[in-house]
Amino acid sequence: MTDLTSMTLAEARKGLADKTFTSLELTDAHLKAMEEARALNAFVMETPDQARAMAREADAKIGKGEGGPLAGIPLGIKDLFATKDVRTTACSKILGNFVPTYESTVTSQLWRDGAVMLGKLNNDEFAMGSSNETSCFGPVGNPWRREGSNTTLVPGGSSGGSASAVAALLCMGATATDTGGSIRQPAAFTATVGIKPTYGRCSRWGIVAFASSLDQAGPIARSTRDAAILLRSMAGHDPKDTTSVDIPVPDYEAAIGKSVKGMKIGIPKEYRLDGMPAEIEKLWGQGAEWLKAAGAELVEVSLPHTKYALPAYYIVAPAEASSNLARYDGVRYGLRVPGKSIGELYENTRAEGFGAEVRRRVMIGTYVLSAGYYDAYYIRAQKVRTLIKKDFEDCFAQGVNAILTPATPSAAFGIGEKGGADPVEMYLNDIFTVTVNMAGLPGIAVPAGKDAQGLPLGLQLIGRPFDEETLFSLGEVIEQAAGRFTPVRWW
Amino acid sequence: MSVDAATVRRIAQLARIAVTDAEVPHLQGELNAMLAFVEQLSEVNVEGVEPMTSVTPMAMKKRQDVVTDGDIADDIVKNAPMTENNFFLVPKVVE
Repeated sequence: MTDLTSMTLAEARKGLADKTFTSLELTDAHLKAMEEARALNAFVMETPDQARAMAREADAKIGKGEGGPLAGIPLGIKDLFATKDVRTTACSKILGNFVPTYESTVTSQLWRDGAVMLGKLNNDEFAMGSSNETSCFGPVGNPWRREGSNTTLVPGGSSGGSASAVAALLCMGATATDTGGSIRQPAAFTATVGIKPTYGRCSRWGIVAFASSLDQAGPIARSTRDAAILLRSMAGHDPKDTTSVDIPVPDYEAAIGKSVKGMKIGIPKEYRLDGMPAEIEKLWGQGAEWLKAAGAELVEVSLPHTKYALPAYYIVAPAEASSNLARYDGVRYGLRVPGKSIGELYENTRAEGFGAEVRRRVMIGTYVLSAGYYDAYYIRAQKVRTLIKKDFEDCFAQGVNAILTPATPSAAFGIGEKGGADPVEMYLNDIFTVTVNMAGLPGIAVPAGKDAQGLPLGLQLIGRPFDEETLFSLGEVIEQAAGRFTPVRWW
Repeated sequence: MSVDAATVRRIAQLARIAVTDAEVPHLQGELNAMLAFVEQLSEVNVEGVEPMTSVTPMAMKKRQDVVTDGDIADDIVKNAPMTENNFFLVPKVVE
């Protein structure tokens, strides 16, 4: 039965349709894999009973020929998505034992299309982190290790549980969210495919808010095709999120295998950083060659404000977080630490409930929004954001269809290795991904090769607004050239 | 710009997060590391640039001002740490 976990989602979909196996068999195989992989700490809540009930229901529907696009496919859900009657914590102590009475729009669409929930996945607390080390449930192990080493590495973050579970074949795909790189960086660290769609493509309703002008949901998957299948179900207009866009959702899967001949691919010179590892530079060049061989045209482009994206992000995102996280007050839900006055109740609850990284960001956000500093920090950062977006607009106006960059400045690193002394060291992980959130654009990370130590590395493609299809076509070209990468099981 | 210990305490109070005296020096160091990092934004010429308010060009959607939800008081208080008759309980605010 173990080989039921090694297929792609697309292959499993065919097996279910052909009645080669049932969803219950497929689900049980993944539940077993999940139980055996507890050392990875990818799941923070396992829901086997619900999974089997959903699988039986899917089997009945498939039997009647009424199965939806994801009928019977077992998925993992990042713990940032509210799931009705299933504990949702954002991996923060402050949400405690919060059990939503409602379902997020994105997950409700997955269930509408027949998918099966295996459980909730670990992430950095409130999605603030690049290594999954800030979770109140502890760090997640990356299924990948350096060749000849027993050191456990981080899977990236914040969607570390999602990436680890997909790479370790514990679920056929996972939901994730991306505010500064939280889908694409963990995908790159684990040789999985992750896409952050255009801002407004997926509803944010029912997803625990971090920075509302940057947050977007998207899938982490085993292949580019799988990511396309999942995004089609996740995307779509939702009246409950006023920033969700009312334009039709295309059949993303139709873009897989489509010719990229004649497409103009921008190579931004500002992404060639001083001290960039030679392996990453080489991989980037290799990716460009693959696209060229498929008929695309390479052009050097300039995105002059690139270096300012990360500092501007570390003003805008904490500012929005400080506002969004004001709701955790010990009164309406979650943790409550008593105090003599209501002020003390708030202060004690928030001191006890927020971890160090969240506290740091809420405080810096509070500071940049405070009287006397608002113009110097917040307004200036929002102006820089306008310039970052304009860089991309100018580039697309020259006829560029998509931009190719490395996904991360390094491969996965060890638990506890980064950010101990200076938080900025950890923030630099998102240097190639954060520009995309600041400009609201779609970005996909696809596995493209390995470094000298045998760790996966990814490439990123950045697209025009709402042109995820081009990213899927180009991502498929890289996937076909690079092949798929599977870790050797050690857990 | 950098923050001193008094400013760290003031920010913590504005953010409604209790901070002990022992935590202040460490927090001050971290906040100043972040402020030093974002300092490079001051070299960008933002003369005449509009601050971003919406990342995609969109008009805010409006809906009819009608009740669309309700009668779910039990749901609303379900996760509250302390309630009484569907009210949230807080320490005495008015003597």
